[in-house]
Amino acid sequence: MDPTVAPAAPLTGLRHKDLLGIAGLTPEEVVLILDTAEAMKEVGQRAIKKVPTLRGKTIVNLFFEASTRTRTSFEIAEKRLSADTLNVAIATSSVTKGETLVDTAMNIEAMAPSMIVLRHASSGACHLLARICRAGIVNAGDGLHEHPTQALLDAFTIRERKGRIAGLKVAIVGDLLHSRVLRSNVRLLTKLGADVWVCGPRTLIPVGIEALGVRATTRVDEAVEGADVVMMLRIQLERMQGAFFPSLREYFTTFGMTEARVARAKDDVIIMHPGPINRGVEIASEVADGPFSVILDQVANGVAVRMAVLYLLAGGAEHETAA
Amino acid sequence: MKRLLKGGRVVDPVNGLDGQFDVLIDGDRIARVGADLPASLAEGGEVVSLPAGLVVCPGLIDMHVHLREPGQEHKETVATGVRSAVAGGFTAVACMPNTNPVNDTAGVTRLILQKAAEANLARVYPIGAVSRGQKGEELADIAELRAAGCVAVTDDGHPIATALLARRALEYTSMFGMPVIEHCEDPTLKGDGCAHEGPRASELGLRGIPGVAEAITASRDILLAEMTGGHVHIAHMSAWTTLEAVRQGKSRGVKVTCEVAPHHFTLTDELLAAPIPFDTNAKMNPPLREARDRDAMLDGIRDGSVDVIATDHAPHHYDEKHVEFDRAPFGIVGLETAVPIAIDRLVHAGVVSLSRMVELMSVNPARILNVPGGSLAEGQPADITILAPDLEVTIDRARLQSKSKNTPYDGWTFRGGVAATIVGGRAVFVNSAAGLAMEAEGA
Repeated sequence: MDPTVAPAAPLTGLRHKDLLGIAGLTPEEVVLILDTAEAMKEVGQRAIKKVPTLRGKTIVNLFFEASTRTRTSFEIAEKRLSADTLNVAIATSSVTKGETLVDTAMNIEAMAPSMIVLRHASSGACHLLARICRAGIVNAGDGLHEHPTQALLDAFTIRERKGRIAGLKVAIVGDLLHSRVLRSNVRLLTKLGADVWVCGPRTLIPVGIEALGVRATTRVDEAVEGADVVMMLRIQLERMQGAFFPSLREYFTTFGMTEARVARAKDDVIIMHPGPINRGVEIASEVADGPFSVILDQVANGVAVRMAVLYLLAGGAEHETAA
Repeated sequence: MKRLLKGGRVVDPVNGLDGQFDVLIDGDRIARVGADLPASLAEGGEVVSLPAGLVVCPGLIDMHVHLREPGQEHKETVATGVRSAVAGGFTAVACMPNTNPVNDTAGVTRLILQKAAEANLARVYPIGAVSRGQKGEELADIAELRAAGCVAVTDDGHPIATALLARRALEYTSMFGMPVIEHCEDPTLKGDGCAHEGPRASELGLRGIPGVAEAITASRDILLAEMTGGHVHIAHMSAWTTLEAVRQGKSRGVKVTCEVAPHHFTLTDELLAAPIPFDTNAKMNPPLREARDRDAMLDGIRDGSVDVIATDHAPHHYDEKHVEFDRAPFGIVGLETAVPIAIDRLVHAGVVSLSRMVELMSVNPARILNVPGGSLAEGQPADITILAPDLEVTIDRARLQSKSKNTPYDGWTFRGGVAATIVGGRAVFVNSAAGLAMEAEGA
């Protein structure tokens, strides 16, 4: 295959300037992204892992929170699409003393990037920038709100393994309250017809989460029973100080994903985790490293999914950013 | 100078009036209210014939505003605040002590009163701090504050820090018959919350403040008011559970009164998601709550459990609001939107009569703060609001008189507005859209 030609993708792009969350996508748009990601994954398997799709486009990765996996994944995706890319990492603490988010963004905007990939500790930060920037805003995680590319790569991984998403029982277990991964995954999986269960200690279940179309339980066995997919969420060690649970040991004995608990799921269950994992807290090492784990597949697929998102937003067949 | 207001519908609940009457003003006082007063009574003065449909009522009093001076003059000053007040139909405002420095000494009180005298528009009644520096440790010099002109005390912005201090404040103020105004909020339950705890905040990933955080402190203070005989006034009530606590207190004869802000009987946390997701003008404390809470506020207004409508006018500079939602300060401006909202959503919507609205916005604030006003009786100060209940008003933030423009109602249209505001016999605001043949008299 001619390595200078982008793989065939559907000729329809996303009609949006930004990807702010799964909330703004139709089921068809989600499927379009996943289908496009399949083509992008093929690029990553070539000897020369590069296509010229985004040549001449500048993408700024603006990260106000520490991130290894997501930032690296976006950067690789951007480079494989031939975009000019740069990383701006800003410690939140220095921002509180100096420039506002809006001013930082307007300065970057003045240099006419095509897109800004934003990670920020405040829910809604991407919406704020999308209102004032001509550049497309790609949400790489905003506060507790959304992390859409994580949910897309999770869905891609599930679809790759299971061939479908509709009708699958997906159990999401862990710190639901503080998780943007949860919120994006719930939106996406329910949009595509999965039967989504969420589970965690009562103290870490958001009030009224059922309104998003999921079933909530505090009994991990009930959540895992017959599941096609078990997705673990990271437990942040500082949550003990907030009196959300008494100790990491008790958390593990009550909610940790052990081999015994995995045995309640379907025989071909897949175990997922957005990382970074806390071994022996939310997940036993035997499970994380075991035969059902697809944790590293998720990471690998992240690049393809982000290539698809960037391609469809900036290089897609119809849409050109005003910048 | 004499001025005769002819042909309006006079709504003066204290004096049992609701009908076609004329009002004669002599200098800074009300001289007479009666049917078909002869124009000759205003000899040497002015006869103002009111267009049909206008309503003459005792001047409205907003007992909960933040004028921001001293210390935060970039948000508002006493001068811009009272300009906003009279444009909104208020002849008097009571201002909160969370300035910088805090209004916890007579010197600060006198400064505010001096600025108000210079502005010479709405009357200003300062409210002093309960505790020195609003730190919740020791009582401020409350008797001195009162002597300097404070009409109540509060640590607004925060709850009174401890039950013990709340008890002492209620006991101490009961010597003067002064209310303690409480900002009800359990700080541990509030935490770093920035929106009402419920499905909407859960979906948006915003940290929640449960309604019970308000009701717990309200319940504490109602019990303490019962024990001490003091008067607690619950500020900006927002949660249905708080309303229940107030109702129970009232039924036991506790000296408890309460106020609701217009945004809490009109808006819900739906505004966090649309039309502008994460709009910082939908962020206030207490937060916009759920439909159940909003509807409870309307029920409380309807059945008389709610005593006062107050705006919690909280101006913030554009820069401060143009930030991430969780970093933005709490609060919205309210002085210039309260009357249109109240007439449209309470009177035209059939929740209360116009007469009851005047009680909520004039009679009861005057009674609770023990200040003049709330009545058109002969000899009273001529503080009068002329309402235009059928005037269509579209809120335009650019045209607000307040120094700050942080309102979620920009572009909203209401039926009901202010035709004129008269303070001490002087027409300090006249709305040209209301067709009133009267000139505004500058400060």
